Amino acid sequence: MNAQLAQFLLSGLTIGAIYALVALGFAIIYNASHVINFAQGEFVMIGGMATVAFAGAGLPLALAIPAAVLGAVAVGLALEKFAVEPARGASVVTLIIITIGASILLRGLATLVWDKKLHALQPFSGNQPIELAGATILPQSLWVLGVSLAVLLLLGLFFSRTLTGKAMLATSHNPLAAQLCGINVRFVLLLSFGLSAALGAIAGILIAPITLTSWDVGVMLGLKGFAAAILGGLGSGAGAVVGGLALGIVESLGAGYLSSAYKDAIAFVIILAVLFFMPSGLFGKKSAERV
Amino acid sequence: MALRTLLASALLALFAPLALLTLPAAAQEPIRIGAFLAVTGPAAFLGDPEQKTLELYVEKLNAAGGLLGRKLQLVSYDSGGDAEKARTFAKRLIEQDKVDVIVGGSTTGETMAVVPLVEAAGMPFISLAGAVVIIEPVKKWVFKTPHTDRMACERIFLDMRARNLERVGLISGAGGFDKSMRAECLKVAPNYKIQIVADEAYGGGDTDMTAQLTKIKNTAGLQAVLNAGFGQGPAIVTKNFRQLAIGVPLYQSHGVASKEFIKLAGEAAEGVRLPAAALLVAETLPDSDPQKKVVVGYSREYTARFKTDVSTFGGHAYDGLMLAAEAMRRAGSTNKEAVRSALESIRGYVGTGGVVNMSAQDHMGLDVSAFRMLEVSKGSWVLVK
Amino acid sequence: MDWRAPRTGGLALLAAVILVLPFALINNYWYEVAILIGINAIVCVGLNLLIGYAGQISLGHAGFFGLGAYGSAILTARYGWPPAAALAATTGGVALLALVVGRPILKLKGHYLAMATLGMGIIISIVVVTEDRLTGGPDGMSVPAFTLFGLGLAGERTWYWVTGGALLAAVWLALNLVDSPAGRALRALHGSEIGAQVSGIDPTRAKVGIFVISAVFASIAGSMTAHYSGFITPGKVGFFHSIELVTMVVFGGMASTFGAVIGAATLTLLPQLLTALKEYEMVVFGAVMIATMVFLPRGFLPSLMSELKKRRK
Repeated sequence: MNAQLAQFLLSGLTIGAIYALVALGFAIIYNASHVINFAQGEFVMIGGMATVAFAGAGLPLALAIPAAVLGAVAVGLALEKFAVEPARGASVVTLIIITIGASILLRGLATLVWDKKLHALQPFSGNQPIELAGATILPQSLWVLGVSLAVLLLLGLFFSRTLTGKAMLATSHNPLAAQLCGINVRFVLLLSFGLSAALGAIAGILIAPITLTSWDVGVMLGLKGFAAAILGGLGSGAGAVVGGLALGIVESLGAGYLSSAYKDAIAFVIILAVLFFMPSGLFGKKSAERV
Repeated sequence: MALRTLLASALLALFAPLALLTLPAAAQEPIRIGAFLAVTGPAAFLGDPEQKTLELYVEKLNAAGGLLGRKLQLVSYDSGGDAEKARTFAKRLIEQDKVDVIVGGSTTGETMAVVPLVEAAGMPFISLAGAVVIIEPVKKWVFKTPHTDRMACERIFLDMRARNLERVGLISGAGGFDKSMRAECLKVAPNYKIQIVADEAYGGGDTDMTAQLTKIKNTAGLQAVLNAGFGQGPAIVTKNFRQLAIGVPLYQSHGVASKEFIKLAGEAAEGVRLPAAALLVAETLPDSDPQKKVVVGYSREYTARFKTDVSTFGGHAYDGLMLAAEAMRRAGSTNKEAVRSALESIRGYVGTGGVVNMSAQDHMGLDVSAFRMLEVSKGSWVLVK
Repeated sequence: MDWRAPRTGGLALLAAVILVLPFALINNYWYEVAILIGINAIVCVGLNLLIGYAGQISLGHAGFFGLGAYGSAILTARYGWPPAAALAATTGGVALLALVVGRPILKLKGHYLAMATLGMGIIISIVVVTEDRLTGGPDGMSVPAFTLFGLGLAGERTWYWVTGGALLAAVWLALNLVDSPAGRALRALHGSEIGAQVSGIDPTRAKVGIFVISAVFASIAGSMTAHYSGFITPGKVGFFHSIELVTMVVFGGMASTFGAVIGAATLTLLPQLLTALKEYEMVVFGAVMIATMVFLPRGFLPSLMSELKKRRK
């Protein structure tokens, strides 16, 4: 395989894996509550920044990481409890504004609690690039791909084998029926936010050594994760992952072969094109409207 | 009932501050220094040290007795890096707060949006932004303290020629600083017999530049790479550069002249060169260097107060404030036209950016020699002879 | 004329406010803020037709605003066109774009529609930033003043009256639209698309129509901003401004034209009043957004009106 193409694909896969994790976060919350959480990117930011802060305070990485993830989960739960739950039943637009307001609030808090500077995190297993098909990949990228895969498998097991997971799925199909079956829908909602926050934080921690982290790193990542979730089809976990990987690769190939300045525009044009022909995304369920 | 109270308190909260805004000024008129800076937002690492520096030195000047027998008062607003907000705040400084001089404009966009206002109002304005277009063509009321991006290109090309590097790959970001510097480098390259053999770009929040760098790497006859960048991009470019083992010298812009950059890029930064103000190597300057006293002084005072590394952007704000103060001293008043002419007449003033020689045609006063060439060696900056 | 009808009563009140306000505007800074409010209000009135009445969503309207601003700027500054002609051409161009792009985009629903408009806005903003030879790139470009038959429109006071007039016209148009058969068709759509279809309304045609109108409102407001400020930067074309606009509409009250005006006024004033808070501005802004949507989900004006109605009983 052409070495240049190999490089583009490897880079695309790495960033695609991150988009996939963020998109999964969107998908999980959407599934449980039909809310698009525009603050999802901020969970990514919290994961990275909190780890940097804990590590800077002297905690070894093995402790700083779980602490940061727990912190993000706490924020996710608070978000659901204080911002989303009180507004249940509100229109789509209102909920969008609420989560956008939450993302602004979280960014503002980040500049107060931490600072406005860029921060780097130590790579988990060193910086020596590895040669693969004539291209180079950082060990950290392998971590990103590996952990993403593991998370996916675990989530799959969670949703299909555990009772809580199945309860979450049931709620996403029909909340009323789920409630009638004795499922605590409120708890499922809370759980979905907590789970998405954890996913976002893990994504943030994984890429911080490659891409650096700062108070506003969540904005673009959140946007791209949302785009990936839509591309894959809202409500489909597999769709979110495929959407994320596809977006990452399209961006990388676009930058490499077409125009590096326009690569984001190219990616969005492709997303729009897909939506025009498949209005529910690649794997989205065709929605039937009840009269 | 609850709604009524909520509404009433909301209205009160919203409109009460309006009343405060119209209060008349205090008895012995202080000298008002106006500022609009990007303290928050994407350009925060410009505006934040600038704000801190202005606060610190207004305080120090007041502690030393003020200026012309009056106290100094800093009126500063946060533009968030947005040009229209900057414009509105500049108007507020001119019309509402009635300041005597404006030191501000962290980014070129903000500065240029404000230029028509200060020209119409006859307000001396010292900009803290980089692009050459701010002072070329010369505008009567607009001055600036940072070196221009064109000077950065020239300094880099001089160093490249000294190392016999001729075929250069260019990579830049989407921001105003990046685009402006890229345009200037393309313009002046022929003057130094430099050939730009590749020209790639990356986006604002991009986290991976290996695609662009791979294209540059594969360009025939590549001898050096120049990253005209600012902010997060250059650190990632540097790391990707090492990852791809491109093997030619890498030059960065003066926009990342800070210890932060070395911390972020890590070992990948080793050997990277860039043009910077003497401020970065303050302690290692020879005692005979004319700038040593000023840069060491600022560096120590800033670090002692804010417990964080000094930055060249803060240095520009320091120069701006000191130049304004010096001009007012020479004019003996705060009369705007007098201050403006006094600014133009400043010669041989030693600042953190270099030795300043203003004139009616040159409202920046620095030349290429004000830029030193620095290299990253063992995790810190060293001066290249 | 029924003075209590929202149409004439509200319009008269708005005209009165515009006429009387200059007595409270003590210097050019205040005029500037008033003009900014007016321009934002024009965009919001149009956007409200799309979001509030037609029940659609657009997270990319700053794109139309930006196209209006840059269209006028480029045609007058780079090609020397007379500003009135540039305004007409730009508005026409944007309307055409909205027509062409609206058809496929408005077939989407809900979050897919949100994403499509978001994507559209981002693509426009990327093009504006990248084509720097034409647009001046991220650092922006200068715009000559607006002249009509040799008469220059410059200065805060002049533009205050221009903006005030334009806002009145926009509100009048919007109110008339809402009460017209087309408007009723829109509201039927919002209530139930299937029901409206059964009644013989072509949903796509109605949606695209209102999309184009709201785009035109935004474009004209953009052209006005460009000539008034004398300088534009891509900041106004981006995602954040689109969000700001939607927030203004939702805050003020969806399906309420005057609510849109109030939303624009409040959210334009807020940053000016919060300057003392400096570091805390983002936190306060975000908190205000959340609190308003949670406690006043239908927006400020409709909630206020229903409270007053309850009192009257």
